[in-house]
Amino acid sequence: MSALRHGKYPFILTFLIPPVGIYALYMLSPYVQAIYISLTEWSGLSANQKFIGFDNYVEMWNDDQLRTALRNNLILLVVVPVLTLVLGLFFASMLNVGGRGRSQAITGVRGSSIYKVVYFFPQVLPHAIVAIMFAYVFAPSNAGGILNNILEAIGLGSLTQLWLGEPKYLIWIVVLVMTWAFVGFYVVLFSAAMQSIPRDIYEAALLDGSSRLTTFRKVTLPLVWDTVQVGWVYMAIQAMDGFAIVHIMLGVNGGVQGAGDVLGVAIYRAAFADYDFGYAAAIGVLMLALTMTIVVLFMRVLRRERVELA
Amino acid sequence: MTATEAGPRDPGTDEPQRKPRVRQPGVGVGGKAIGLLNGGFLLLWGLITTLPLLWAILSSFKTNGEFRTDPTGLPGGIAWDNFARAWNAANIGQYFLNSVIVVAMSLTMTMLFGAMGAYVLARYDFPGNRIVYYVFVGGLMLPVFLALVPMFFVVRNMGNLPIVGQFLGLNSYLSLALVYVAFSMPFTVFFLTAFFRTLPNSVAEAGIMDGCSHFTLFFRIMLPMAKPGIISLALFNFLGHWNQYVLPLVIMQDGDKRVLAQGLGTLAANTGFRADYTALFAGLVIALMPVLIVYLLFQKQVQAGLTAGVLK
Repeated sequence: MSALRHGKYPFILTFLIPPVGIYALYMLSPYVQAIYISLTEWSGLSANQKFIGFDNYVEMWNDDQLRTALRNNLILLVVVPVLTLVLGLFFASMLNVGGRGRSQAITGVRGSSIYKVVYFFPQVLPHAIVAIMFAYVFAPSNAGGILNNILEAIGLGSLTQLWLGEPKYLIWIVVLVMTWAFVGFYVVLFSAAMQSIPRDIYEAALLDGSSRLTTFRKVTLPLVWDTVQVGWVYMAIQAMDGFAIVHIMLGVNGGVQGAGDVLGVAIYRAAFADYDFGYAAAIGVLMLALTMTIVVLFMRVLRRERVELA
Repeated sequence: MTATEAGPRDPGTDEPQRKPRVRQPGVGVGGKAIGLLNGGFLLLWGLITTLPLLWAILSSFKTNGEFRTDPTGLPGGIAWDNFARAWNAANIGQYFLNSVIVVAMSLTMTMLFGAMGAYVLARYDFPGNRIVYYVFVGGLMLPVFLALVPMFFVVRNMGNLPIVGQFLGLNSYLSLALVYVAFSMPFTVFFLTAFFRTLPNSVAEAGIMDGCSHFTLFFRIMLPMAKPGIISLALFNFLGHWNQYVLPLVIMQDGDKRVLAQGLGTLAANTGFRADYTALFAGLVIALMPVLIVYLLFQKQVQAGLTAGVLK
């Protein structure tokens, strides 16, 4: 752009100031302040913000409810990505390379594009809607309770439960709901990756007489592994959230005995129900540390040799 | 393996679908069974995905009596009154309007400012270019929840500023929109910078020859050329802003200023006491509509836009 040297810097400044200004004021500065707030005791209402060093962090260590929330976050972190990626890979390979019987080459099954449209839809739904819907799926029979009503209708009435009234089920229900919401996204993501695998690789595998499972293990999986890896990190970060689902399905206290609590809800509760802003910020720092650890960990563990398509 | 399938291909029928049906390894009775089983799984997941939604929609047509006595049955007619009660009595109309106002502002600003920042970062050399870029992109890794508490105070304190304070405090549409803009910047800048880099230099150079200024070059030439990227990202941001729950919960604490997702959450929490289930589902359907319409209209772009976020 040498011909336009004139007025270059005023232009750059005019274009950068609005985005950088809004970003710095509303996003960056809060993150910087969070670290300091976490070292204080502060009700937020008074100007009296007392520096207390690492007391909030010590308090976290002794907080049983927070331990529950942390344990739940770790469950979400491990189980949701595993379930989602396995189901995503399964359905994507069904859709893209599952249609073996109808023609000579390996193709997708009939109606695969309709399946993709349907599967992906939960991804665009607000989590608030997802949470409300599933609160009624797991509700008692006389308050909507789809699951209980279905169980009764198919003669499994003995299995009906007060699903949301039983502490030990709560986090697993959240796991199921999050998986429900995310699988379709990964079906579409992996489908795109599988579409880019050259068809002749599959034809060669077919000629060698390899079974579906072998083809999947030896051909499909290695060639989409990069995408799986990135998807895993992305999924793990998303699984850290779960705020809207827990807050709406189980309430601000994390359900019966707080058994379905997650860190996001614990932060919100500490700040806007207990007015303990320093403590809330400290939990936020914990969450940041957790996120960073995961990103680094997954990057290292999952790094494998890249498979290059010629 | 039969001779037919190993035989030379007919060059005229390259499309696999038109090839004659022949027996394949693993396509006998066993293969058929696996095929059926696979089809069964696909159908099952399709049902698991759609049934809760269909149930919610059917419930919005029922009367409260029907809902309580036969929650899984079909509605006897369409109880339009549910929608009226949701819109007026349950305040969904107000929440809907609030969401429209906030998202209209936040989406416009996000796309305009995001495109401006990304364009400059992608196509101009200046000291600090890389630093600004990485400060934006670094934001992708940060969990929203860490910022929640201080962000609340930033917004509250902005409300104390002279003159502009009345537009920028808590419970203000503009405040919430600005917060959305800030939290959308990392991905928007990241995505659009990559996009502006791919645009050909020749067109920009032709514009300069014609005597375009930096500003006209951007607004008349580069921005229209970036339209595909802008559209998929606008869809991405629209869904993100429209569906946002925790940010409005912190900033819009005044009941009348709630946005749709947030208002729906409150309504759901109160529904047990009011025993008006069907109005809740009517509200849910109202909230579902804009997302459903956008999704069905731009289904390909939405899928491409959202998945691109992972692949880039």
